[in-house]
Amino acid sequence: MSNIIDELEKEQLNKQAPSFRVGDSVAVFKEILEGKKKRIQRFEGLVTKIQNTGVRTLFTVRRIVDGIGVEKSYLLHSPLLSKVEVKQKGKVRRARLFYLRDRVGKKATRVKKRD
Amino acid sequence: MVNKMNPNKFMLGKKIGMTQLMDDEGVVSPVTVIEVNTNTILTIKTKEADGYSAVVVGYGDVAEKRLNKPKVGQFKLWNAKPVKVIKEFRVSEDHGFEKGQTIDVSVFEKDQKVSVKGRTIGKGFAGTVKRWNFACGPMTHGSKSHRITGSIGAGTTPGRVLRGKKMPGHMGDKNRTIKNLVVVGNNVEKGLLYVKGAVPGKKGNLIEVTST
Repeated sequence: MSNIIDELEKEQLNKQAPSFRVGDSVAVFKEILEGKKKRIQRFEGLVTKIQNTGVRTLFTVRRIVDGIGVEKSYLLHSPLLSKVEVKQKGKVRRARLFYLRDRVGKKATRVKKRD
Repeated sequence: MVNKMNPNKFMLGKKIGMTQLMDDEGVVSPVTVIEVNTNTILTIKTKEADGYSAVVVGYGDVAEKRLNKPKVGQFKLWNAKPVKVIKEFRVSEDHGFEKGQTIDVSVFEKDQKVSVKGRTIGKGFAGTVKRWNFACGPMTHGSKSHRITGSIGAGTTPGRVLRGKKMPGHMGDKNRTIKNLVVVGNNVEKGLLYVKGAVPGKKGNLIEVTST
């Protein structure tokens, strides 16, 4: 019976979904509606969390804007998500980088590089 | 507005479960999937013959050997294939349905509002906290009135418990209708109907969908 739901969720998966890992620095391009105009919003930062839940897969990007930490969460399979560019691969030992929230200054965004 | 007694669109189905659907604008809606294998119209009741106008709908396949003789005889009388569930829907006299006609999901289109009837999940004998959302007593400080019912009324006046007082008892396992649920979409090929929001009952339960 749940096969029907599995199939339904499979259909909604975006086959061109971008691949990246926690700790990577990425630039997210998402379509947003401003009044009646559509435009692409760019948000660059560090991936601090990927919640793997099939179609509902969610990832969070963190960056510091004017000294204030900003986090944005995106649905990986959303049709509004046009592109995710990996700027720098990172090497981290944790699945969730929430410890960065307590950090101030340069350390707050620094993650080891991965080749 | 459609007469409540006479919905012009109706259907029997099975609750499959809940999931999400994403539209092209990226809006995610929580949906309940209802599977509707074809509904067949077994017979039509008319005002002249039966005193009221109605359509008898059958749903689900069943082997003839599983039926008792009165039911087999009934299907023979109707000259119809045996079905698992027989249900009657009142319709207005100019309904236009025909005997033997099948109804599929395509009658419910996107953005249409529907009523969904199902049997709620049985909770057994439940206390007032669970059944009527009464507040709990203190759990500590020497209190013993953790989840008790409490007072059920005054003393000598009125000298009785008022009718309709909320008390412990059997909860759930009742027919309930949810009105004005929005249809998010359908899949005619697979016989699936997607309704926004939750629907009463467990997965696999019989569900009745009518136009609101």
